[in-house]
Amino acid sequence: MSTSTAVSTSTPLPVLSVRGLSVRFRMRGEKYVRAVSDAHFDLAAGECLALVGESGCGKSVLASALLGLLPGNAETSGSALLGDLDLMTADEQTLARTVRGRRIGLVPQSPAAHLTPVRTVRSQLEETVRELTGVPKPRSRKAAEAAAARAAFPADHLDRHPHELSGGLAQRAATALALIGDAPLLLADEPTTGLDRDLVERTVDELKRHTGEFRALLMITHDLAAAERIADRIAVMYAGRIVEHTDARAFFGAPGPRHPYARGLLDALPEREFTPIPGMPPELGDLPTGCAFAPRCDRATAACDVLPRLDAGVACHHALEAQRA
Amino acid sequence: MLELDAVTAGYDQRAPVLRDITLSVAPGESVGLLGPSGCGKSTLARVAALLHRPDGGRVVIDGERAGGWRHRAPRAQRTAFGVVFQQPRLSADPRLRLADLVAEPLRANGRSGEVTDTVRELTERVGLGPELLGRRPHEVSDGQLQRACLARALVLRPRWLVCDEMTAMLDASTTAALVAVVEEYRRESGAGLLAVGHDRVLLERWCDRTVHWSELAA
Repeated sequence: MSTSTAVSTSTPLPVLSVRGLSVRFRMRGEKYVRAVSDAHFDLAAGECLALVGESGCGKSVLASALLGLLPGNAETSGSALLGDLDLMTADEQTLARTVRGRRIGLVPQSPAAHLTPVRTVRSQLEETVRELTGVPKPRSRKAAEAAAARAAFPADHLDRHPHELSGGLAQRAATALALIGDAPLLLADEPTTGLDRDLVERTVDELKRHTGEFRALLMITHDLAAAERIADRIAVMYAGRIVEHTDARAFFGAPGPRHPYARGLLDALPEREFTPIPGMPPELGDLPTGCAFAPRCDRATAACDVLPRLDAGVACHHALEAQRA
Repeated sequence: MLELDAVTAGYDQRAPVLRDITLSVAPGESVGLLGPSGCGKSTLARVAALLHRPDGGRVVIDGERAGGWRHRAPRAQRTAFGVVFQQPRLSADPRLRLADLVAEPLRANGRSGEVTDTVRELTERVGLGPELLGRRPHEVSDGQLQRACLARALVLRPRWLVCDEMTAMLDASTTAALVAVVEEYRRESGAGLLAVGHDRVLLERWCDRTVHWSELAA
């Protein structure tokens, strides 16, 4: 669907371009929960961006917003361009008929819950093949088997129901479904929650492989090890805002994260300091006007009463080792 | 001493999930049990915490043989254990406010008088503020609910803690925070710990010694 030019020396057009995206939920009594505030990022073909952060920071709301799956009390602003289509203003019919599954493939958080429990994997794959690619019934069986093979789902398990699959195989079945539409953008929302380490690595490696050169992958996760394994870039989200957006190698290696929150998140890993960040994230319905991380931050000063803007990849008045080219 | 001696257990006597497993935890010791998903380590943790009756073998708690399982376990043995499971949503009664969730074991043991002080002290320790204590499980995040579940596990001051994948759903910072709470409690109380999981890096960092399932099942 995206125009894949044979020769492109300059930076290719992004697959997804998010500009000033905000999502807030209207609650009783004129209150608002600001789940995502002013997100900006681009995602090019062949690229993997990992959006990381604590649970409840707004990561999954961002994914739902891109798919147009927000509940009725949500209000959005900003834009998210998928090619020439703005996902924020597209109507439900456009999203349902041309976007979901066709231009954005979703790898869900809990594959066992995502699959239809009363039907076999084969029947779900066949239906998806027919709906998304127009392959008629007689040939959909073969196409479904090919789709399963693409995600390394074993052919002798195709006639099983979801509850008869292990976590890893359910994950592959869901990935196979997500790949059928050949969408240029893969959206993986916590694809590794609850899987053991070997399976996490296999799952993200497969996602990376499917991304290849012509797709873009947006992986939403709280698993930093999974992000480190496959991401080209890292966006760290805190209290609904992207507070650091940088190259993955610089983030996990030298010079390391520059936002104190991102640094704290990495230091909490058992292979590093294993020290928690003190306190808990603020309520998204009651955010301070300044930096939301300041109450938990050991570098906070009076300057932090003013909201820091994302500048050179980090939104902090006291970013660690300020490096300027 | 918490001793599991030649335990065979499962959900169908003809096909036990685990066979002849022997494992012991010394008082004050922390043991990490590593294994892939589906190997039976959670079943063993449930047997150790007197939550699942084994088909064979015995469980000895501080020199005394386990006298029963689940609600049939003698109170003194049952309350010697604090258990934290993987999924806080499945182990929290959705109708209870967090404060009542934490207080429930005290009330069930006829110690309602201690509720106010103990709950305040414990919830502070796990990092739950007063405004969160009035909420029900659906109004808090997984990490916040797991904090409450850990406070509930500590409320009777158990001599033994069993943590079954306690942090598998949580982010790095919440994981480190909850492990720090467990370790602080163990330092002051001398409680022993059986931590079950699949994250080798985490368990090796957390526990005095780690045992791999394949060594036990051999």
